Amino acid sequence: MNSDQTLAFETDCHLFQDCGYPAPSLWSFQFEPIFSIGGFEFNKPALLAILGSLLVVGFFWAAFGKAKVVPGKLQMVAEVLYDFVRTGIGRAVIGKQAESFVPLLVTLFFTVWMFNLWAVVPVAQLPASSIIAYPIALALVVWVTYMTVTFKTNGFVGGIRNLCVPGGLPKPIYVIVTPIELLSNVFLRPFTLAVRLFANMFAGHVLILVFLIGAWYMLGTVVGTFFAFGSLFMTLVITVFELFIQALQAYVFTILTATYISGALEEPH
Amino acid sequence: MMIQLAADGPQSPLLPVWPEIVIGLICIGVVYLAFHKKLLPAINKALDERREAIEGGMEKAEAVQAEARQTLEEYRAQLDDARRDASRLRQEAQEQGATLIAEMREEGQRQREEIIAAGHAQISAERQQAAEALRQDVGKIAIDLAGRLVGESLEDHARQSRTIDRFLDDLEEKAEAGR
Repeated sequence: MNSDQTLAFETDCHLFQDCGYPAPSLWSFQFEPIFSIGGFEFNKPALLAILGSLLVVGFFWAAFGKAKVVPGKLQMVAEVLYDFVRTGIGRAVIGKQAESFVPLLVTLFFTVWMFNLWAVVPVAQLPASSIIAYPIALALVVWVTYMTVTFKTNGFVGGIRNLCVPGGLPKPIYVIVTPIELLSNVFLRPFTLAVRLFANMFAGHVLILVFLIGAWYMLGTVVGTFFAFGSLFMTLVITVFELFIQALQAYVFTILTATYISGALEEPH
Repeated sequence: MMIQLAADGPQSPLLPVWPEIVIGLICIGVVYLAFHKKLLPAINKALDERREAIEGGMEKAEAVQAEARQTLEEYRAQLDDARRDASRLRQEAQEQGATLIAEMREEGQRQREEIIAAGHAQISAERQQAAEALRQDVGKIAIDLAGRLVGESLEDHARQSRTIDRFLDDLEEKAEAGR
């Protein structure tokens, strides 16, 4: 396997060499399997997903495993993070009934964040959430929880009403609103949840690749090197921006989950 | 998926590979179980304990403060009692002193009067005594003198004493008039 295949672009191509800029392609999201079991190929994103979840558990195990009344530094940091999700998302959105959903919210927030964070971890440098399967897995968990809570709280008919019939509208409007609500709540919500996360991380990864490949592509001549450093600097700027986006997407994912659960917990109208 | 250069093209990024979804679900499940079963109960317990410790400390401080306040009240009350006692004692002492002085003054007055009265009585008794003695002496002297002058005839007692008395009365009248 040559470097073109590893990095998924033409590494020999430089500026003024009569070859175009080798833009990042979908190949950047295809990986050689590390090993295969039957038809399934275990690749880098899968490894990152597993490592990521283990890191999340490991970090919080180190912090909370022997939780003390007087916290150490690590526990204090972890407590701030935990409190952010518990109070800032759970209590703020769901309210009094939040406590039983806090483990789910904490899990989602830190798993998504860790999956995203892989984008800027050296050597890994790929957000696991830029592979659609992982956002789908996350959204699936949210969807199942959402549906379970809806029908558990309201019963079957009440649950259907909760999903399809928003309260406080003039009667004729329900003809239009009911199918839209059903479509929105049952299908679009989990779909958008997954695609939003996927697309953000996918785009972020491509953006970093664009500038980084650009830097490499322009290297060689004096003028080109000048631009190459500019491009490299942009890579750093985008990386910092991505750090922000990663946390933001984790926050958005979790707060939307909390909003859905909060809606499911609402009394029937 | 394996890189299949040229021929097939890359896989669509929107089509999930289902075993990867399973891996994702397992990851989430592991993290959820760790949080739900072990980590969050542990930290919640620690946080509750911390809150209790802080609240307990505050309660203790409040109790101590209340005790201090009560003690202060008691001291104030005791101090008031003491002040009242002291002023009462002072007043009593003053009253007693005044009575004592008055009594002593009265006693002194009485004693003085007694002494004076006794003095008067003694003086008058002595004067009487002296007057009596003088009367006898003067009588005797006068008789002696008259006897020498007049002779034996005046020895007659009755006359003698009448004459003397008359003489003395004259003397007294003279003394009265001369005073």
